[in-house]
Amino acid sequence: MDDRFKGRSIRQSFDWKLVGIYLALVVIGWLNIYAAVHSSEPSSIFDFSLNCGKQFVWICTALVLAALILFVIPPRLWESTSVLLYCLVIVLLVAVIFLGVDIKGSRSWFAIGPVRFQPAEISKITTSLLLANILSKPNFRITRMKDFLLAAAVIAVPMLIIVAEKETGSALVYVGFIFMLYREGLSGWFLAAIGLAILTFILTLTASAYTSILVIIAIVSLVVYLDRGKFLRWLCTFGIYVFIMAMLPGWWAALLERLVPGASLIGQADPWVEQAILSSSKWAPLARVNLLYVLLATALPAIPFFLIRSYRERNSFMGMAVPTLIAGVLLVFSTEYIFNDILQDHQRNRIEVLLGLKEDPSGAGYNVNQSMIAIGSGGLTGKGYLHGTQTTYGFVPEQSTDFIFCTVGEEWGFVGCFVVILLYVLLIWGIIVDAEHSRQHFTRIYGYCLASCLFMHLFINIGMTIGLMPVIGIPLPLMSYGGSSLWTFTIMIFIFLVLDHEEKKYF
Amino acid sequence: MKIERSHKLLIGLVVVAAVLLTRLFTIQILDDSYKIDATNNSMVYDIIYPTRGVIYDRNGEIIVGNKVAYDIMVTPKEVQPFDTLLLAAVLDVPVESIRTKMAEYRKNRRKIGYQTMVMFKQLPSETFMKFAEVEYKFPGFKGQVRSIRDYPVNAGGNLLGYVSEVDAAYLKKHPGEYRSGDYAGKTGIEAAREKELRGEKGYHIYLRNSHNQIESRYRDGEFDKEAVPGNDIVTTIDATLQQYGQELMRNKVGSVVAIEPSTGEILSLVSSPGIDVEMLADIGKHYGEIMSDPYKPMFNRAVQAPYPPGSVFKLVNGLIGLQEGVLEPSYTYPCSMGYHFGKRKLGCHAHRSPLNLEEAIMMSCNGYFCYVLKNTLENRRYPDVESAFDRWREYVLSFGFGQKLGSDFPAELGGTIPTSAYYDRIYGRGGWKFTTIISLSIGQGEIGVTPLQIANLCATVANRGYYYIPHIVKESEGVSIDPKYKERKYTLVDTTQFHKVINGMWRAVNSGYGSGGTASVAAVPGLDICGKTGTAQNPRGADNSVFICFAPRENPKIAIAAYLENAGFGATWAAPIASLMIEKYLTGEISESRKPLEQRVLEGDLMSRVKKD
Repeated sequence: MDDRFKGRSIRQSFDWKLVGIYLALVVIGWLNIYAAVHSSEPSSIFDFSLNCGKQFVWICTALVLAALILFVIPPRLWESTSVLLYCLVIVLLVAVIFLGVDIKGSRSWFAIGPVRFQPAEISKITTSLLLANILSKPNFRITRMKDFLLAAAVIAVPMLIIVAEKETGSALVYVGFIFMLYREGLSGWFLAAIGLAILTFILTLTASAYTSILVIIAIVSLVVYLDRGKFLRWLCTFGIYVFIMAMLPGWWAALLERLVPGASLIGQADPWVEQAILSSSKWAPLARVNLLYVLLATALPAIPFFLIRSYRERNSFMGMAVPTLIAGVLLVFSTEYIFNDILQDHQRNRIEVLLGLKEDPSGAGYNVNQSMIAIGSGGLTGKGYLHGTQTTYGFVPEQSTDFIFCTVGEEWGFVGCFVVILLYVLLIWGIIVDAEHSRQHFTRIYGYCLASCLFMHLFINIGMTIGLMPVIGIPLPLMSYGGSSLWTFTIMIFIFLVLDHEEKKYF
Repeated sequence: MKIERSHKLLIGLVVVAAVLLTRLFTIQILDDSYKIDATNNSMVYDIIYPTRGVIYDRNGEIIVGNKVAYDIMVTPKEVQPFDTLLLAAVLDVPVESIRTKMAEYRKNRRKIGYQTMVMFKQLPSETFMKFAEVEYKFPGFKGQVRSIRDYPVNAGGNLLGYVSEVDAAYLKKHPGEYRSGDYAGKTGIEAAREKELRGEKGYHIYLRNSHNQIESRYRDGEFDKEAVPGNDIVTTIDATLQQYGQELMRNKVGSVVAIEPSTGEILSLVSSPGIDVEMLADIGKHYGEIMSDPYKPMFNRAVQAPYPPGSVFKLVNGLIGLQEGVLEPSYTYPCSMGYHFGKRKLGCHAHRSPLNLEEAIMMSCNGYFCYVLKNTLENRRYPDVESAFDRWREYVLSFGFGQKLGSDFPAELGGTIPTSAYYDRIYGRGGWKFTTIISLSIGQGEIGVTPLQIANLCATVANRGYYYIPHIVKESEGVSIDPKYKERKYTLVDTTQFHKVINGMWRAVNSGYGSGGTASVAAVPGLDICGKTGTAQNPRGADNSVFICFAPRENPKIAIAAYLENAGFGATWAAPIASLMIEKYLTGEISESRKPLEQRVLEGDLMSRVKKD
């Protein structure tokens, strides 16, 4: 029965499907937290001295919050107060650096009595709201530099403050907003550039700067030629060049070894031996040649070539290739610096362990090793609820918070993991579909922000437990123990639901 | 074909989910290695403790070694009902202590889980052997071998320092270096060279099953780490001399410090009363007793106590006067039982008058050095007494006074030398003059120096003008010492001035009884000892007895300072002790003629003279 004035009722126009998934995940999380704290001395799931009992309280309060958002707070308020809320949270984010308590080296928690909360979590809500507000303005064009910078600043400000709080993991989630920006018209090359940057970083650390720069040259030139539909010409020019340069180190080493016996030892032997090798042949100075500079020098002529061609053909895409190349080379050279000087010791360790540069089963590798053992031992159907040995004896650290997925993996097996991941995919999928159907830009953009955050948490957290990502301490949304995280995602999801409902009421 | 961006993102989402699921599929279903690891349940780290480095004296004699002891460990989860009385009898511990410990484990069983706890520490081998015979009757209990400190010679607890279990504060101060239950050097040499001595812990990784039983080595020991034993430390201490010093100082309060002038190496460092080495091995048991001792044996007087130096400080004042040009060895000053100024006087003892510099040192004339300091402070070269005093202070600091010397011995203190600003604060600017601070002439007043600093003064004089920072660790394999210990530190007084006071020091010892020399008791034929007595006022009772000396006069091998609280004249106790030690060090024995003197010192008990707190 449509009511012309009140609109459709909540029963008709509300996305109950999403609420169902939400509740399912929360309950699954709670049951698994109980399994995680469960030990050989059984206790009740409502034991308030344990994480599972406390989580029950968090769940109840989260549901009250959800009800408030649905029935009490006027939905229009979110858009109109977004600037205010954003500023307020920024103040909190800065304040926590000075007033917060130190937990495992990061200053990002406020402690009020027994309750602790993390402004970095709430900041996801306010940043999403403000982004939705700004991007939905009629004259906003993401392709315009000024507008793009504004949006970037809204994301970067809380992100940088959170980095300053030494919560790099939480800050990483903000990178996810790029997916929302992409949906709103940001060039896809942006995503590609970020992907290339990550590839460069990893290649430089695992292989060498030489390989890394060669790969950049190959990819960038290939893309430029493909854009003009001239793959064959690329093969004849850059293809050959890349092939030669790829083989060069091997050839060079063989040649040197023939001219200067023992040349391969240079840089590894002790100075005295090195001197002896160098003075043994008139070709010795060749051994000092650094191939990296040869590569850079031979690649250099390509730069004016690209610039002139792009100018002649008015092809700005080709013009962009030059700064991309230069940025790539700079990134390669700064990688060592970033890696050794900007990252903190434990972060460096985690990346090294992930990339297999270092084996460390007792230190940084311990968590991942234990977590993979727990998950891997689950098999197809798991060991059964409360029967996980790894989980029961507490081998996996942080098991009810960041490593909650281990419990699922061990006790419910691949089937359980599949169901949980499926639920998350359905949740994100549902949010995106609802967002796409929305006529309100604000609702759509906000929906994408929410989907991006959920996606980043999902990928980073589960990726970490199965050794695909370095150990980055962020919770699994709705499932991990912790009030801040549960509240944040509850609020975010229900704001979206109420916005969505508000709109469907009348259309 | 153009795909909408929202669809691209949805495809991306599905792809990522597929990647996660593929990985999960691989580790959960395809790859068996994780299941094998998990049935074995997990890794157990069996920590292997390194043996602590041995401490040698300068001649290669062991002064701190290691011996084996056993800890009794218990894994409460595995304990079955057992015969408490039998266990107590075997371990030689009270039954009650076993009962209370088991009750405590039961109370904390949740926290303990499968952990193994240390129940009794450092039981001797014999006890452990008895236990090992009946160990099968006590499932859950086992012995763990541990190496503890052993002290073959009595080199003094304050010098060696003790090793004890690290507490929470210590763990916090050295993050990542220790785990609770580890031992660390807390004082003395043990603390100074903790980093070298401790070595590196190792571990064996085992896999255990879900019943907490060890099954096998993890990956055949690929990730195991062997313990690295601590480095041995060679100290500069001469064990014989140190032990002799300990004996001489028994039942006396004070310190003796001996230094090799040509290297700055500390030959012995005695602080009395100190901690007995018998107590060191198990300091925890004696801690209460040590802390409640009124003579404060923990307090290392040799490097921490700020004393007035007394007359030995006249050497410094004399040297400053010589360098400043206000004193020549030939200058004579009268002394009629002291230095008179206005209606007051700074008293002196009876001796002939007038005296020149050498005689003033030999007879320790107070009046003479009042003139010397007066001339130094009222020197026309300086506009006022403040700036003259500041210059004087610079000289004094160059001898290593008024600041930490920077030795490698921990907890060294720096003493005090007042500044002109200090007197300005008390008397007002311009409100004080030489007579206000006249006590400084004879090493009294607002001046505090440690016995180590006094010994260093002696070494400086012996070297004719420079010193090496005193230190207790010699360079040896794997142990390096700071290059600063190999640098000569020159005082602001020219080396050419020193022989002038050394003559006086020689005459003080070697002029024979009746000559007026204050230290005839210290003379040893053929050793050419040069010395200076001191008798420092102590507001808390009788005067402190001070003596510094070095020998031989040319190319000195040893410089020594003895400082005894409330022991009277310098010549009464300090000079005999210091000279006996020199004799022992240089000749290896005490000559027949000096045996009675040695006897008197060994038997002397001055403890009752010292006021307790």
